[in-house]
Amino acid sequence: MAKKSVLVIGGGIAGIQSSLDLANMGFQVYLVEKTPSIGGRMSQLDKTFPTNDCSMCILAPKMIEASRHPNIRLLTYSEVEDVSGSSGSFRAKIRKKARYVDEEKCTGCGNCEAKCPWKVDSEFQMGLGKRGVIYLPFAQAIPRVATIDKEHCVYFLRGKCRACEKFCDAQAIDFDQQDEIIEVDVDAIILASGFDLYDPSGLEEYGYGKIKNVITAMQYERMISASGPTEGHLKRPSDGATPKSLAFIQCVGSRDTRHKLYCSSVCCMHATKEAILANEHYPELKSYIFYTDMRAVGKRFREYIARAEQDYKVTYIRSRPSKITENPDNGNPVVWYEETTTRTRTSMEVDMAVLCQALIPSGSTKEISDKLHLSLNDYQFINIPDRLFHPVDTEIPGIFACGFCQEPQDIPDSVVQASAAAARAAEFMSRED
Amino acid sequence: MAAPRIGVFICHCGTNIGGIVNVPEVVEYAKRLPYVVHAEANMYTCSEEGISSIKHAIKEHNLNRVVVASCTPRTHQPLFRNACADAGLNPYLFEFVNIREHCSWIHMQNRREATEKAKELVKMGIAKARWLEAQQEFESDVYPAAMVIGGGVAGMSAALNLANQGFEVHLVEKQPELGGRLLKLNRIFTINKDPSELVQSIVKAVEGHSKIKLHMPAVVKAVSGYIGNFDVSIDEDGQETSFKVGVIIVATGAQALEPKLYGYGKLDNVLTQLGLEQRLKDGELGKFQNVVMINCVGARIPERLYCSRLCCMTAIKNAALMKEINSKAKVYVLHRDLMTYGVEFEEYYRKAKEAGVRFIRYTLSNPPKVVGRKRVKAVKVYDELMDMEVELPCDLLVLATPLIPNDDNAELSRILKVPIGDGGFFLEAHVKLRPVEFAMDGIYVAGSCRWPADIRESITQGYAAASEAVIPLRRGLVKVEAITATVDQKICKGCGTCVLVCPFDAIELKESKIRGLEGKIVSEVNAALCKGCGLCAAACPNRAIQQRGFTDMQLLSMVNALSGKR
Repeated sequence: MAKKSVLVIGGGIAGIQSSLDLANMGFQVYLVEKTPSIGGRMSQLDKTFPTNDCSMCILAPKMIEASRHPNIRLLTYSEVEDVSGSSGSFRAKIRKKARYVDEEKCTGCGNCEAKCPWKVDSEFQMGLGKRGVIYLPFAQAIPRVATIDKEHCVYFLRGKCRACEKFCDAQAIDFDQQDEIIEVDVDAIILASGFDLYDPSGLEEYGYGKIKNVITAMQYERMISASGPTEGHLKRPSDGATPKSLAFIQCVGSRDTRHKLYCSSVCCMHATKEAILANEHYPELKSYIFYTDMRAVGKRFREYIARAEQDYKVTYIRSRPSKITENPDNGNPVVWYEETTTRTRTSMEVDMAVLCQALIPSGSTKEISDKLHLSLNDYQFINIPDRLFHPVDTEIPGIFACGFCQEPQDIPDSVVQASAAAARAAEFMSRED
Repeated sequence: MAAPRIGVFICHCGTNIGGIVNVPEVVEYAKRLPYVVHAEANMYTCSEEGISSIKHAIKEHNLNRVVVASCTPRTHQPLFRNACADAGLNPYLFEFVNIREHCSWIHMQNRREATEKAKELVKMGIAKARWLEAQQEFESDVYPAAMVIGGGVAGMSAALNLANQGFEVHLVEKQPELGGRLLKLNRIFTINKDPSELVQSIVKAVEGHSKIKLHMPAVVKAVSGYIGNFDVSIDEDGQETSFKVGVIIVATGAQALEPKLYGYGKLDNVLTQLGLEQRLKDGELGKFQNVVMINCVGARIPERLYCSRLCCMTAIKNAALMKEINSKAKVYVLHRDLMTYGVEFEEYYRKAKEAGVRFIRYTLSNPPKVVGRKRVKAVKVYDELMDMEVELPCDLLVLATPLIPNDDNAELSRILKVPIGDGGFFLEAHVKLRPVEFAMDGIYVAGSCRWPADIRESITQGYAAASEAVIPLRRGLVKVEAITATVDQKICKGCGTCVLVCPFDAIELKESKIRGLEGKIVSEVNAALCKGCGLCAAACPNRAIQQRGFTDMQLLSMVNALSGKR
């Protein structure tokens, strides 16, 4: 009998974990990722709480294991177009988008990107850095193959350039490459389509996009990361100066009747981590975290917060700031808030403010749920009919969901759910025998 | 032995190493060291590019030893060993040097000295590499059965999942019935249903499953062996029983703290949340008009720093239920932070507020005070938002207490040789990426024995542990650690010191079978049980024991390299 197979949609830590578990059990896995590389959001993080493990350093071995596993076929820069069939016998049509680079020939040397005369904002660097129009999304990208961003490529737009082609020693550039349609028959499907970031410019009171020294938490992650655009140095966008004080604003768009009602689950802890890292980089730097409830429910989280206060000059202020203004003299953000413990309305001027924005289900979660005929809940997360007793089972037998696409959660919880989804898929496939 | 041909790969790790240590300088230094035939720098040696350059160099320079100087073997050793194996080199001819955690990260302020230290570390690694020997990993069969310890929802979910995949499961439960902590609950959040029926459906599935063998009431007495081959003996209702399994899942749950605060145990209208649920279940609650609940009783205090994750939700559930039973009742929840993380919990909290439950924050420095001698009459609390102390009339005081580790965790930890972490909960292999595995191969962990978890989380973890546990079961074969101890039976005097220090019962005194030594009592290492901890090698008074991969010759050559001796 042919090996049973599973389609895993989403190449972040959850999708990778499900894929590795199933592949190690002996199933054939097709891991589909929309962007040019697997790795997902975790690859963008600098360190992880509460151990301050370097995120990429613990993720990279899993990415490489997934890429070299004989039972996993990686389909990056690919999207699921259509799924037909039903319970236990699905046929998926996958569009493998043209990279305009021959995957077999490309050595990932990076020459093409260096020579590409056109630069655009890097998605990986959250717009704080540039990438070439032909690019590798990040240093440890897997597969290590360049991709031409057709939308911005001058050759595709105006018919002239082909600089990358001239400088490619491997002769891997192929402007005539076409999208490829791959059809696979699978016995089960796991959805792990992850999260996007809520745009905080809708919260006008915080001045994001208007006040230069107000940035988002994900931008901060890139800035503090050694592989980021500032190579790990904190630099204020307005003047490049090193900040001496930071304000972290929690629940920006979360737990907010005007925006998202829910709690995004991870922001209390990532703000704490980010404040600790700032002080590790600059021992004089002070951070102030403006919070609603300090949700530190995981293993060793309270100890982490205690360390932040005692050793890393982090102050927690229970308050939801009403607005941020800008001091026109020095570009400093001024945070206006009520000190709820003393009932005084006051303000604090800091060198830079970091908005911990709400996390929302990724845009592709909506698209893929339509194709799979799965319904979404009020907040556009994948609906899990019996979350309590069947926490990873969707409405359709044989389709499972894990990670952020079903609820905000941190990395260990996503990993646990991903393994759970793998176990349920394996159980489902055994039942049919 | 062919002359050593050593290749050295020094990683920038972006700027993690390269920003502090002068990597090109270390590469040049390495090139001049004995037996080094190739040295290069990589931006990320762990990237696909780095890995292929290792493989390429092995072939091009005919390398028979590889040294990577980068981060930690904990995360990256398997990767580099596999790269060597892919290129046809025995993976044990690979040596890891840590110049990140052991160097660049801790000497950020001293770049010059960091570079010098990196050179010395690399020199030591190269000196050791010269003496590395190829090792053979041997494969061992996996007995196709599992033991799950704990018959709560986590354990039952794991057992069902494995059994439905066709594997025999021994489910060992301490109590005379299945269901665990759930049996004590009156209703469960967020669905607000009596759990009995739901639990019964799982219990029935477990009891009726032909592949699941129930042992109840039973406790584990002894476990020996290793992944794929554990011999288990249990005490089942006074009878000793033993069986063999390939993998073990620990899902023994936790217990609620019995508090000594707020008049609990002395005043007769003070209950814990669990006590309240019991009264509601038994229909013995009686009338109430003014309910006060206090959260974090015994949690988030200096002697117990942690937050128990689910007590806020329990309080909200029961507070809303009090309003449901008596809509005129006044119900207050006094809390420190409300832990309603995620989508559903936040909505549940909002609905409780809409139903009229009132929430007041208190701080540890100014905790609530109970008024009343025989019974609680009122609770005084300083309300931060109003900046005044308020006195809340109270005829029922309910305390939310944290889950604490079970008393027998230490015993189980000793039997299974798995670690316990801070606070007494079981310690997983990696808090981020290996949350349901122990560092010890073949043993897994799920539910509140690892960390307080609600029903959904416990079930999810039960499945996740099953996912990891089923991998060796499905494969039928596992690779056994090659870095183990060996005894030179000619030197061994049979003193038995090694037997005493071995924490894994891997060494026995036996008559030698080696020709010429027949009849001599010597120690013998069972390689399948040996975890390579090195205790015996250090303890042996006659230096008869060597640890593969860490022989005296290898270690001394490192020391000599550092001290300048050759």
